[in-house]
Amino acid sequence: MAERRTIRTDYLARVEGEGAMTVRLQDGRVEHVELRIFEPPRFFEALLRGRSCLEAPDITARICGICPVAYQTSAVNALEDLCGVDVPAPIRLLRRLLYCGEWIESHALHVYMLHAPDFLGYAGAVELARDAPQAVERGLALKKTGNQVMSVVGGREIHPINVRVGGFYRAPSRGELRSLVEPLERAREAALETVRWTAGFDFPERTVECTLVALSDDDGYAIERGRIRSDAGLEIAPADYDEHFVEEHVERSTALHSHLRDGGTYLCGPLARFSLNHDQLSDAARDAAHAAGLEAPCRDPFRSIVVRSVELVHACDEALRLIDIYEEPDLPAVPVEPVAGTGYGVSEAPRGLLYHRYRVDGDGTILDAKIVPPTSQNQLAIEDDLRDVVSRNVDLDDDALRGLCEQTIRNYDPCISCATHFLDLEVERR
Amino acid sequence: MKPKLAVWKFASCDGCQLSLLDLEDELLALAGAVELAEFREATSGTVEGPYDLSLVEGSITTAHDAERIRAVRSASKAVVTIGACATAGGIQALRNFGNVDEFVAAVYASPEYISTLETSTPIAAHIPVDFELHGCPVNKHQLLEVVTAFLHGRKPGIPSTSVCTECKRRGVVCVTVAHGTPCLGPVTHAGCGALCPAYNRGCYGCFGPMETPNTAALVPLLRHLGMTDRGVERVFSTFNADAEPFRKAVPRG
Repeated sequence: MAERRTIRTDYLARVEGEGAMTVRLQDGRVEHVELRIFEPPRFFEALLRGRSCLEAPDITARICGICPVAYQTSAVNALEDLCGVDVPAPIRLLRRLLYCGEWIESHALHVYMLHAPDFLGYAGAVELARDAPQAVERGLALKKTGNQVMSVVGGREIHPINVRVGGFYRAPSRGELRSLVEPLERAREAALETVRWTAGFDFPERTVECTLVALSDDDGYAIERGRIRSDAGLEIAPADYDEHFVEEHVERSTALHSHLRDGGTYLCGPLARFSLNHDQLSDAARDAAHAAGLEAPCRDPFRSIVVRSVELVHACDEALRLIDIYEEPDLPAVPVEPVAGTGYGVSEAPRGLLYHRYRVDGDGTILDAKIVPPTSQNQLAIEDDLRDVVSRNVDLDDDALRGLCEQTIRNYDPCISCATHFLDLEVERR
Repeated sequence: MKPKLAVWKFASCDGCQLSLLDLEDELLALAGAVELAEFREATSGTVEGPYDLSLVEGSITTAHDAERIRAVRSASKAVVTIGACATAGGIQALRNFGNVDEFVAAVYASPEYISTLETSTPIAAHIPVDFELHGCPVNKHQLLEVVTAFLHGRKPGIPSTSVCTECKRRGVVCVTVAHGTPCLGPVTHAGCGALCPAYNRGCYGCFGPMETPNTAALVPLLRHLGMTDRGVERVFSTFNADAEPFRKAVPRG
């Protein structure tokens, strides 16, 4: 008997932004899967034209309230690359510390407030807090510590004001940074507890086969800079990104989709970072990953919540290390004289690789800009994963299948504000 | 019965609604005092309206959103807009001074797939608004004050003076007087706590214009301090570019 059913969720919750998904089933077989993004476009790449390149960190921060430091960092990396500026180590390490704050804040938000409720059967963290107040309070305390790091180094947690091309407006004193040590030590314990907590969730068996792409850096687990690597042997400088990765505009989305130039799908973010760079994690983070049963490569999107928890431990350890070795730089920023040309910058946003490219004229005016956020790079991988998840679970009833689809999307921590925004989930069965 | 709180998103970066979740010490108490009827970033649980208080983030940039905001208004006792997008159109309002078709073509290979209005407009251009909270992003403590005030039926205690008054209160040395740094503090709405001057940076106006700003007096000072005409135009053309006093502060070529 031919079966035709339609299931619909108008607006997927607990993601950053607005999007829609359609799954069409005909007689129990997946006919079509698409993730539509119809967050209203804001045209950042267009409005950057004609601006001073020195404005790029402040303007691009406004693409995303959840990961503004990622935008600021990729922007300053690109423009310093263009101008031939190599910032001194204390400034670079201060950027890394600020970025650790963003990782802690963003990962704590996703693990506790957006993702864990899926595994535990709650609508959200507020509902979860009624039954498990200690867990939610632990998550909030972690998140608060990340925000404190961002406030001290960046001035505020959302759209920090202290970042500029060449460095900072004011370098914090050693005393100011020392005030973060005690909260970070507590956060580190909370992060270790987070790994134990999430490792105990029930995980469906799942493996994705796409190429994994992340930054790698000889000096440590790549966050604020690095070379672009893949598990298929790619290793390139940021300037070669466009030769290997292609963006495409499809009708269903106000976000552009990315794929490898040879047509292959790839994934960036925590799974890729852990798989490529796990041996550079702090000892405590590596031990916690081992005790949680994680092995590299990790290709299970459901276990991304455990990987994020492990990265929380690493970010706390790394922040403490950076504060310990911090020396106030002689000057908070090195002078930057804009030159004509093209600059390329990358960094590891909490959700994955964030690429910026700016072409600038001789007086520092931006002629054109290209920004590729992690969510648009991951969109094809998310669709592939959804197609496979649905085809393996067609026997589930509509509610259960819809829940599984939503969770599958949240495994990737999609930020649709970045990629543009609106998830509305629709499953059609025919 | 607990008052119903709703949070709505239009064209924006999510940062202002994230400010609610960034109230780590107060969030669970707040969630206990109200019924979170609509807050998609935080919960998939929803409760039908009418709502006692709707917080609105983002600007209106599509025909669909122009309809949606009217539905929010009719379902809400009070509507408070939060942030520069909702109160002034946000950075995406820069399209209001250009040609939106050129903007679309600059970003998208197939402009025919994109449906957007020619302008990005604040919420108050579409519906009556009960209170506007400024900032890019808003100050989370001010946000809590506004929510508390509305739930108790009193006027929010949000000063509408300039950033200069916050520098004085915080004991921050004037960056213009002491270092000759151009600063929008004299015409910018208070609320950030004089953040930029405290980090040796001139205010860049992310809280938008104060109540009665004298931009005509500030522009010659900015020029005197070495800013070019183009530089002055740029500094007034960011996150609150289409707020009237900032729009009128500079001629546009």
